[in-house]
Amino acid sequence: MTESINHLEKIKNSLSRRNRAEKRFRWYGRTAIFIGLAAVLVLFTDIVNKGHGAFRITYIELEVTYDQDRIGVNNLTDPKELTRGNWEALSKTALRTEFPAVSGRSDKRELYGLISSGAGFDLKDRLLENPRLLGETERVWLLADDDIDTYYKSWLDGDTYSARMSAKQLEWIDELHQQGKIRLQFNSNLFTRGDSREPEQAGIRGAVMGSLLTLILTLLLSFPIGVSAAIYLEEFAPRNRWTDFIEVNINNLAAVPSIIFGLLGLAIFINFFHVPRSVPIVGGLVLTLMTLPTIIITSRAAIKSVPPSIREAALGMGASKYQTVLHHVLPLSLPGMLTGAIIGMAQALGESAPLLMIGMVAFIVDIPGGFSDPATVLPVQIFLWADSPERAFIEKTSAAIMILLSFLIVMNTVAVWLRKRLERRW
Amino acid sequence: MQATNILILILGLGVLAFFLGRGRSLALAKPLGGIRQLHSLPSYYGMHAALWCALPSLFLLCVWMLFDDSLINRLVLDSVAAEIAPNDTASYNLLINKISNLADGILPRKGESAALVAAADHLVSLRIISSWSLTAVLLTLSSLGLLWGWSRISASFRARPVVEKVMQNILLGCACLAIFTTLGIVLSVLFESIQFFRSVPIFDFVFGLEWSPQTAIREDQVGSSGSFGAVPLFVGTLLVSAVAMVVAVPVGLMSAIYLAEYASKTVRTYAKPALEILAGIPTVVYGFFAALTVAPFLRDLGASFGLSVSSESALAAGGVMGVMIIPFISSLADDVITAVPQSMRDGSLAMGATKSETVRRVIIPAALPGIVGGVMLAISRAIGETMIVVMAAGMAAKLTANPLESVTTVTVQIVTLLTGDQEFDSPKTLAAFALGLMLFTVTLLLNIFALHIVKKYREQYD
Repeated sequence: MTESINHLEKIKNSLSRRNRAEKRFRWYGRTAIFIGLAAVLVLFTDIVNKGHGAFRITYIELEVTYDQDRIGVNNLTDPKELTRGNWEALSKTALRTEFPAVSGRSDKRELYGLISSGAGFDLKDRLLENPRLLGETERVWLLADDDIDTYYKSWLDGDTYSARMSAKQLEWIDELHQQGKIRLQFNSNLFTRGDSREPEQAGIRGAVMGSLLTLILTLLLSFPIGVSAAIYLEEFAPRNRWTDFIEVNINNLAAVPSIIFGLLGLAIFINFFHVPRSVPIVGGLVLTLMTLPTIIITSRAAIKSVPPSIREAALGMGASKYQTVLHHVLPLSLPGMLTGAIIGMAQALGESAPLLMIGMVAFIVDIPGGFSDPATVLPVQIFLWADSPERAFIEKTSAAIMILLSFLIVMNTVAVWLRKRLERRW
Repeated sequence: MQATNILILILGLGVLAFFLGRGRSLALAKPLGGIRQLHSLPSYYGMHAALWCALPSLFLLCVWMLFDDSLINRLVLDSVAAEIAPNDTASYNLLINKISNLADGILPRKGESAALVAAADHLVSLRIISSWSLTAVLLTLSSLGLLWGWSRISASFRARPVVEKVMQNILLGCACLAIFTTLGIVLSVLFESIQFFRSVPIFDFVFGLEWSPQTAIREDQVGSSGSFGAVPLFVGTLLVSAVAMVVAVPVGLMSAIYLAEYASKTVRTYAKPALEILAGIPTVVYGFFAALTVAPFLRDLGASFGLSVSSESALAAGGVMGVMIIPFISSLADDVITAVPQSMRDGSLAMGATKSETVRRVIIPAALPGIVGGVMLAISRAIGETMIVVMAAGMAAKLTANPLESVTTVTVQIVTLLTGDQEFDSPKTLAAFALGLMLFTVTLLLNIFALHIVKKYREQYD
């Protein structure tokens, strides 16, 4: 009797300790979830904080005279004369008229540093669009140099960064600011231009086009092949060793590091079949092989979710096995397959390691127009910019990341929406 | 004519064949009293004709494209004058490039020797012959196929089984692509690795303690013999992965337990997808975050404690990698925890155990094999992860177990060795493939083992 009372006592005494342990355990769980969510939050705020500035860029207003003698071009329709023209003289002269007091070699060089080195070519494009401007004078907003841009933005935000500015340049910017001749404008270059060594000139258009071309090829190849493989494995494959072997291979390929696919592409497509480097064709092929397992696995799940009664009904009505699959199972499982395909494409869009292997990491200024033009893709562009030493590229990189993430968010939202909208519960 | 144009032409002919075949079967059926008298539906006769028309041509096109270039190059080289004939592979490639550039007009013809110009002209003419003969052969083949498929159509012809048989083989081919991919990976990596091990003994590679991959330009230069000891790389990889696991396993596991056992339905519906966002973020973004935010933060933090933390520390790369892996572990663990039968929970709770005691003493032991499998899959992912380490970890191979120092990993070295200028027969490039072989073998073994455990476990409770 006394023993059982002792036991009860023991249990009662330990209760508060056990309840404390229970509470602690619960807090561990909450902390874990909090850490995960905090990581998401910190990551996104950090990127947005760094990148939001890149959507606006500094312009300086100058008075430009399209002086024929200075450019050395008389006939605007002659391409030879156009390439020989001294376009930088336009922006340089404009700067000198704005600050007539500046003299001396080094001072002048600092003065020219206010404006982007590509500004002359922007003026050239402007002149070609409006040929009657030749010989005229007008006030134009010109793209500022990246150092000026970084300084001006940081100065506006109250957190001045002037490490790469000279005292004179600071003075000039101040003067321009008081006259209202320097301002931030929407940065359309970011969306309309290809890559450049000058941060203020660089844009993501080329990388976005490269990603688009690569993804189109990936989708065209991997979706039909993946769906066919899934149909075979779910509906037709006999239960034997060969089928098991295929399944083991698919499951393993899904977990093979992506960089290995890059090695495969390099050794087989480039070295053996002599497909040129850096082109969307190779990129698309490699990403196809990489996304195939994902698409096969999700398509199989979609086919599996179609109840057998549907197949039995079709077979009972005299349909052949193929008619059953093509007319009934496939249409019913298509939403699930599409969801899988979109998720696979999102994965392919964010992938960069295998593409480094096959040379899609080159510095490419031109915007690719076809599957066999040298191109790079958005994540690789991010990698390249992140490696660049110029401070202004940090902002650019973050902006490119924001754009990449918004593409991914849109794709995943569409996938979720499709699943919710079209999926049938049996 | 270009390959794409030919492809479109063949496909167009296939569509034409489909309609011709269908039309003929309909015409045959009319006097017999409708399509009921045919063995198969009219579209099957169409498909049959289309397959006969397009498939052989497509096959031939593929074969032709594969061998076209090398055959033409061979023919051109056989015809060139003896004085410029190449004597080894390098000069062979150089010569082919030069001739083809001359032929394409990329290089100016002025100033080149007569033999080269003649070879270029020969190349141009061969290319034209090849492309026209290809077109002619393919068109003939397609037309013959069409004619054959069309002529076989009769009321008693069993078109459906034939078409279905062909379709089944096409589907099988698609499924077998997975095997070919694996085979391709193994062959490409193995082939180059064997070449590498010819110049560097395999023992030195696997057990060597020094990694400085360079090849001599001159015989007598300083440090001309590069050393390819991969141990520092393995250690670096393990160090980064270990840091990642220290972050990912507790956080992932605890959040899975909380979401599966404690959280209300509303918390679950919002927290789970929010955590899974982490899995959808591209690795290059994590790399940027690690290199530009986490690493400087850790360095400054270390400095305020008087510790010297490298700005490319294993801690930064590994920590961020761990964050990336959290959702991977949590979703795998969630699967196995929810697969534990409810009766086991009920039994434990009925004996008076608290919820946390049930989790710790009953559910985790029951789910352990699955959790271990999941962790192993996560380790294999951490080992193979590339972009984060390329951007945030170091380049120099250091043999250290201190996570505050900078280390390099296998994947970083593969990327460094293979980007930039390279020739294919130097040990430096081939070393990347040997590293790839190591990486592939290790991850493959981990995956097979983990999948085996998970599968076995699943069967236990199903």
